[in-house]
Amino acid sequence: MLRLDNVSKTYRVGSFGRGRLTAVRDVSFELREGEVFSLIGESGSGKSTIGRMILRLLQPTAGSIKYGGDDIAGLKRGALKDYYRNVQGVFQDPFSSYNPIFKADRIFKMVHAEFFPEVSGDEWRARLEDALESVSLNPEDVLHKYPHQLSGGQLQRLLIARALLLDIRYLVADEIISMLDASTRIDVLNLLADLKERGLGVLFITHDLSLGNYISDTTVILRHGSIVEMGETEKVFGNPQHPYTQMLLASVPRLHAKWNGGAQARALPEPADVPALVEIESGHLAAL
Amino acid sequence: MALHVEDLRVYYRTLAGDVKALDGVTFDVADGEIMGLAGESGCGKSTLAKSLIRLDGRMRHVGGKVVLDGKELPIWDDAAMNKFRFRDVSIVPQYAMSALNPIRKIGRMIHELLRARGVDAKAAHQELERRLEMVGLDPGVLDLYPIELSGGMKQRVVMVISTLLDPSLLIADEITSALDVSTQRAVAETLVEFRDRGLVKSMIFVTHDIGVLYQVADTILVMYAGKLAEKASAEEIVSNPRHPYTRLLVSSLPEVGVRYEDRQLTGIPGRPPHLLDPPTGCRFRDRCPLATARCAEEPPWVEQGGRGIACWEATPAPVVAEPVPVEAR
Amino acid sequence: MSSVPTAPLASPADPSQVEVLPVAQPMSGFRESLHFALRNKKLVFGLSMVSGLLLLAIIGPFIAQHAPLDYGGKLSIAPTTKGGYWMGTTLQGQDVFAQFVTGLRLAFIVGALGGGIAALIGMVVGFTAGYRAGWVDEILNMLTNVVLVIPTFALLLVIAAYLQVRGVLMEAVFIGITSWPWAARALRAQTFSLVSRDFVDMARLSGRSSRKIIFKEIAPNMSSYLFMMFILLFGGAILIAATLDFIGLGPSNTISLGQMMQLSVQNAALQLHLWWWFLPPGLAITALVGSLYVMNVGLDEVFNPKLRDM
Repeated sequence: MLRLDNVSKTYRVGSFGRGRLTAVRDVSFELREGEVFSLIGESGSGKSTIGRMILRLLQPTAGSIKYGGDDIAGLKRGALKDYYRNVQGVFQDPFSSYNPIFKADRIFKMVHAEFFPEVSGDEWRARLEDALESVSLNPEDVLHKYPHQLSGGQLQRLLIARALLLDIRYLVADEIISMLDASTRIDVLNLLADLKERGLGVLFITHDLSLGNYISDTTVILRHGSIVEMGETEKVFGNPQHPYTQMLLASVPRLHAKWNGGAQARALPEPADVPALVEIESGHLAAL
Repeated sequence: MALHVEDLRVYYRTLAGDVKALDGVTFDVADGEIMGLAGESGCGKSTLAKSLIRLDGRMRHVGGKVVLDGKELPIWDDAAMNKFRFRDVSIVPQYAMSALNPIRKIGRMIHELLRARGVDAKAAHQELERRLEMVGLDPGVLDLYPIELSGGMKQRVVMVISTLLDPSLLIADEITSALDVSTQRAVAETLVEFRDRGLVKSMIFVTHDIGVLYQVADTILVMYAGKLAEKASAEEIVSNPRHPYTRLLVSSLPEVGVRYEDRQLTGIPGRPPHLLDPPTGCRFRDRCPLATARCAEEPPWVEQGGRGIACWEATPAPVVAEPVPVEAR
Repeated sequence: MSSVPTAPLASPADPSQVEVLPVAQPMSGFRESLHFALRNKKLVFGLSMVSGLLLLAIIGPFIAQHAPLDYGGKLSIAPTTKGGYWMGTTLQGQDVFAQFVTGLRLAFIVGALGGGIAALIGMVVGFTAGYRAGWVDEILNMLTNVVLVIPTFALLLVIAAYLQVRGVLMEAVFIGITSWPWAARALRAQTFSLVSRDFVDMARLSGRSSRKIIFKEIAPNMSSYLFMMFILLFGGAILIAATLDFIGLGPSNTISLGQMMQLSVQNAALQLHLWWWFLPPGLAITALVGSLYVMNVGLDEVFNPKLRDM
């Protein structure tokens, strides 16, 4: 179980870090295995910061992130490596996730060298082919190529295959399909659902409500670093309580239904203080 | 007829040969029409948008013509096009955020731009302020530097600049793709308002997001591999797509309400062909679930009842109301 | 199915996306680099020039018929095969060839040592500041800026003028420890932009240590950049040394290319048309720095797989 307790992140800004910018404010939630958990927010909502804190690429300023009861902030080299055996990430920009001067399959070699040095080359090759197959990639199409010779969709699948080689429990998927074409997007999304069926916990970070709705069991709506609404996806989308959630839903470009209620979309007053989450119904909380 | 494009061919020069990004495209955009341009990346939609205003160094006009309000645009001649840009045909670029000079105040930059186009900046200033107010911006933004504006604000400033001289045709190239949903909606609705108020006569709205197109466009033109696939009203494209490509494209979109457990959507298998050496016949044939032997021959563009299509096996005109679910393969 | 991306149309601004030849056969990284290196005319040209000059600098002093500072020959003779004065003699009858090859050797030593020291300091400071960021960066940045604004040339003049016995090594070390700041700044900026790329995070998620990330992920992305930096520092050190020597602050017990030019100017070689005296050192410095630069452009094409395809 991956658990966030009152996590906040404040950045120092300006010269000598005199200014403060709060990116994440007092966020708590729990990520379970076998579940897709959507973190939905617009730019500046702190959603990616949360993902990066879970991957320990950033340290929270306050609060704790616990994996199996241990605070990940204190993990040292070996223990951190063990954590990464269980928790992995895929990022938004497939091209930037690869070192451009090396071939794309180097990400697998790195995993082999760092995590499984005892596995023989042949055995590794077999495991790699298995992993590629589970993300529907043909080894011949993708191995021994440079990143710029592959498509965005192929590159993202390779990264998911890399995570699978580690036999992970949790995957942080940070906007992984926002740079892909609509025609390949849905396949990568379905792949995340496959991972869930394999028992993995997926943290799906996105700005696209329809994508979050399509795939997730639990949804969190973030605004300026705070949770404004969270709960079972069907309840949050079916019965949105917070005006911000309602505004977001009204702004989604739908098929078969035109936008209406234009004035609402433009400006929503920003509350000085975010009220605490209250239970609207069972499994559905909102900050009202 | 505001815009008439006939058999337009624009290729990219590469060392390996010409990439046929736009390979014989014919369509019209009527006065007052907002035409959406959709397709996967690599289908030629961005090339088409750019061709109508400026060919970059690697693009070569190979054939065909573009007629705007009865005058042919010399799109192959960068210098001659200057006369038309901004006044007759204008563009809201994809990265509006970086279209503004970071070290100039916005007002000063606009004045310089107007003077460069031979417009009396003083006289235009009042109109400029009026239009800023129209898009919901305080004229005070003219005294700000670009960095002081949010992404959506910059986008709106660029929109105002692009339309200041009431161009006949406005091209919006993927302008909503990088924006948040709420800003995306505001920007898209502003463009429709520009058209409604007659500030621009017609518009080509390029995006890969059919959802946005459905909201703003009157008609949607779907492109595939440098050629036209289908053109119809936005309503028809979304509800009764006839070209198999359009159908697959529309059915791959998740909507709010569609859940993985209830209905599993599928993408389009395969990838668009490389246009260095495009396949003969129908270019979608390799990925098409309906392809037959006839598709080895190139399907003609057939217009009928206000919609056009290039497909031998297209779903017949009167179609079922529900979009046809695509079998998983 | 074709694996050729159609990305050029998606992002026509990026010509490198136009992929032409899929790599047919897997090759090891080194062999592949070599494969492309040998086919790069700029690299081959630059490398041959530099190697040629280096070879001359190494074996020249051994085949010279006279000691560089001996006054044994006839005065001001033009290049001749007689008596071993292949490049003629100076106004004082010294062997120009012997002086030239000795000076060339010194140029390589000053360049390699001075450029090497500067590159080393620049890399340590630049990588550390860019990768660690925060207060480490602030302090290193301050140090860099301080050294950057010290009028280094004036400092060199003062130091050189006060030292009793001036050797080449001393000169090289001084040049090294004063000319690194711009390299550090450039590397810091490069590192900074690379660290924010996702592949660095990916490497962290693969359990790589910071040291490995700097040397195996970030530095290879800059290999041509590092080489270019070294070339500029190398060339810069040679030029600074030549300048110091030209104004009479060169090594006291030998002769460098800069000193040759100084002496030729002092003795009005230009007016006396003793072109063989001042032309070789000038040309050698130009050829050395110039061909290093051409080599760098070639290396950039070899290292960058995107440029290869073009």
